[in-house]
Amino acid sequence: MDESIIVEDLAKSFEGVEAVAGVTFTVRKGELFGFLGPNGAGKTTTINMLTGLARPDAGTIRIGGIDCTANPKAAQHLVGVVPDESNLYQELTGFDNLCFCAALYGMGKTERRARARKLLDNFGLARAADRRFGGYSKGMKRKLTIAAGIIHRPAILFLDEPTTGIDVASARQVRQLIADLHREGTTIFLTTHYIEEAERLCGRIAFIVSGRIVRIDTVERLIQPIKAKHVLQIACANMPDDVHARLTEAFPDLEFSEPANGLIRVEADQPVGVGPLVRLLEMHSAEVVEAKRVRPSLEDIFVRITGIEAAAMRKEKERKGGGR
Amino acid sequence: MKIWIAFWNIMLKDMRTYYLKPPNVSWGIIFPLAWTGMFFIKTGSGLESILTLLPGVVAVSILFGTTSMLAVTVTFEKKNRSFERLLMAPIPLELLMLAKTSGAILFGVANALVPVAIAAFIVNLSQAAWSAFLPAVVLIAVVSTFLGLFIAVAVSEVFEAQTFSNFFRFPMIFLCGLFFPIAKLPVFLKPLSYALPLTYGVDILRWSFAGQNLFPPALDFGVLVIFCVLLFWLSLINVRKRWIV
Repeated sequence: MDESIIVEDLAKSFEGVEAVAGVTFTVRKGELFGFLGPNGAGKTTTINMLTGLARPDAGTIRIGGIDCTANPKAAQHLVGVVPDESNLYQELTGFDNLCFCAALYGMGKTERRARARKLLDNFGLARAADRRFGGYSKGMKRKLTIAAGIIHRPAILFLDEPTTGIDVASARQVRQLIADLHREGTTIFLTTHYIEEAERLCGRIAFIVSGRIVRIDTVERLIQPIKAKHVLQIACANMPDDVHARLTEAFPDLEFSEPANGLIRVEADQPVGVGPLVRLLEMHSAEVVEAKRVRPSLEDIFVRITGIEAAAMRKEKERKGGGR
Repeated sequence: MKIWIAFWNIMLKDMRTYYLKPPNVSWGIIFPLAWTGMFFIKTGSGLESILTLLPGVVAVSILFGTTSMLAVTVTFEKKNRSFERLLMAPIPLELLMLAKTSGAILFGVANALVPVAIAAFIVNLSQAAWSAFLPAVVLIAVVSTFLGLFIAVAVSEVFEAQTFSNFFRFPMIFLCGLFFPIAKLPVFLKPLSYALPLTYGVDILRWSFAGQNLFPPALDFGVLVIFCVLLFWLSLINVRKRWIV
């Protein structure tokens, strides 16, 4: 069996509002599958249905070959879950939290103690093993929550926004841990709003918008249409209102867009000369602050497909989950 | 075997984290003492009235000991999302809820034994029908715990659980024959007394210590069991409906 997760026509509404509307996808065994979308797109609702925390209104779910649609408990022993918020017990130590989570999956005392020690060691938390979870930093909490998710050696791991709200160094460590788990053969279902994180980690990605999957493909194939593009970003102060029209008129071979206030994005199939663009802008009273070449990324594809600015989505999520 | 490891550890975790904490242990000792003292002062009676007061003190100790804890072990854990961890574990929901309530049941039983132990130093309890008293204490602890569970899963906030618990607990002190005989209640309140589980529990306790009872003990036990099953079943329905949406 090549597929670890098979989801068909999954749907869920809350008080008449469609949260997930007929979602279909498969996740292959050993794959690191990204599930990307703006806030409120239906990512967490989908994860909740896959892990048994929500009941689908329609559709089917098969996990590890087991039909979980009617009985979500049937495949829970195969699955590990790392929720978007660290929900371990504040008053227990790191070690006790891991041992408790292992016991929930029926692991014997000797085995769970050894496994907990090993994971604390692997995750760089050995020295904090006997400290209360409530006293951990955000990054440490995130790492321990991931350790709790894999304590019972699940074949499939659900990671919901694993790096949200933690500092850059911790986020890097967490990404390394995810990559290591993937290398060891764990099937990983990752939701994130950090598009560069998904680009770096995932093999395939699904974009979900308003409860519907708008695109599923490999990162390579998603980026392909823009890979050969040459992109330039120019930051300006005092930008005149008609700058877009003037640029298009002067440079008909180039594509112009304004992703943010005071920012001009230039795309072309050939290398773009900076000089003529800057001169034209300055001629029309715009003050050029910065001009730089940009590597086309998955973020560009995300913006094209969803019409949502990734930066705005990131800010919104960080505002809710605590900035990183 | 595996699910029993989970069951045992959930119960053990709750005992260590909540029930065996000093504030709860002191509550379990001070609360029955305070109730006993209050009634002695109020009635001005001597030591001979201990056997009359003991069933009420035992029942009220169990009732408050169990119901007050469920707001923390269930509602609080649901609120801070650690309960989701339990819901996502491969344990049948029925067993999970039994594991979450077994600590409260044991705590309730332990609370019941405090006033009995104190009374044993003061009066002769050798005539008590222990074979009825002990199962009655366990059943009162179970029914009170499941009443607390029923309330805990019906609300979202800890303060709501505490508030709604009081709506049940305080009327039960007066309506279930704990300290005021049901026979002396106004006629219109009596049906309410008969609709409350503690009435039947206290009836067995009173019979165990003083040989006085309203109903045959077999009927009391039967009604308590029915209340236990009903409250647990309703709580499970509520968890499935409200928490696994």
